[in-house]
Amino acid sequence: MRTLIFPAQFGQLEIVRQFTRQAAADAGLDERSICAVEMAVDEACSNIIEHAYEGMRDGEIECTCEYDKESFIVILRDHGRAFDMLKVPEPDFDASLEERQVGGLGVYLMRHLMDEVRYDHLGEAGNVLTLVKRIKKAK
Amino acid sequence: MEITVQQYKHCDLLAVKGKVDSFTAPELSSSIEKINNDGRFRIVLDLKELDYMSSAGFRALLVGQRNCKRYNRGEIVLARVPKKIMEALELTGFTPLFKIYDDVTEAVGYF
Repeated sequence: MRTLIFPAQFGQLEIVRQFTRQAAADAGLDERSICAVEMAVDEACSNIIEHAYEGMRDGEIECTCEYDKESFIVILRDHGRAFDMLKVPEPDFDASLEERQVGGLGVYLMRHLMDEVRYDHLGEAGNVLTLVKRIKKAK
Repeated sequence: MEITVQQYKHCDLLAVKGKVDSFTAPELSSSIEKINNDGRFRIVLDLKELDYMSSAGFRALLVGQRNCKRYNRGEIVLARVPKKIMEALELTGFTPLFKIYDDVTEAVGYF
């Protein structure tokens, strides 16, 4: 298990991606799954920064990566306002260019790149987002 | 992320290198806007050296395409999209919104 605590700022995303990429590689995920995890964590953190911490300064995100034989798990904790990104509606893929909404894409990607995503609001203990990727061993 | 712009007679070629995420996407948007502000709306995005693009980048592409296509004054086309990024574009239903070329010359030739 390893943990990274970082300021809730977009400029930190590169560091978080590198951190999760390395943890996923060490857990034995194949390259495709590593990329999926990297992107899902980026999208999740972007949403936390943009919505849970909207208008708030000095926020932090705690990213913990752990794994067992079956799964690689990323747990993101924040102390921003309660924000369940899983309730964000899916984008309408049939909408024309003019009508296409710009929101919801990141959450959609995150959900499709991971095998399981869970959100818990723990009151004063903050928000916990759990992302699970089942391990397919690299050949 | 690094962006280089080359102006051709019928379009602008914008090469995007590195990583586009929520931090760097505004720079991609402003590069496209800058071309638009000069009254140019035909743009080829060469993505050969793009290593990563999150949904923030896709949003920048969507907004850019909308502005360029308005009043039929132009369009953004994509060239040399890396496989990994292509998969994400497909997953988000973006491929029908852009013409995609394997070759820059071909993409420039479209205009």
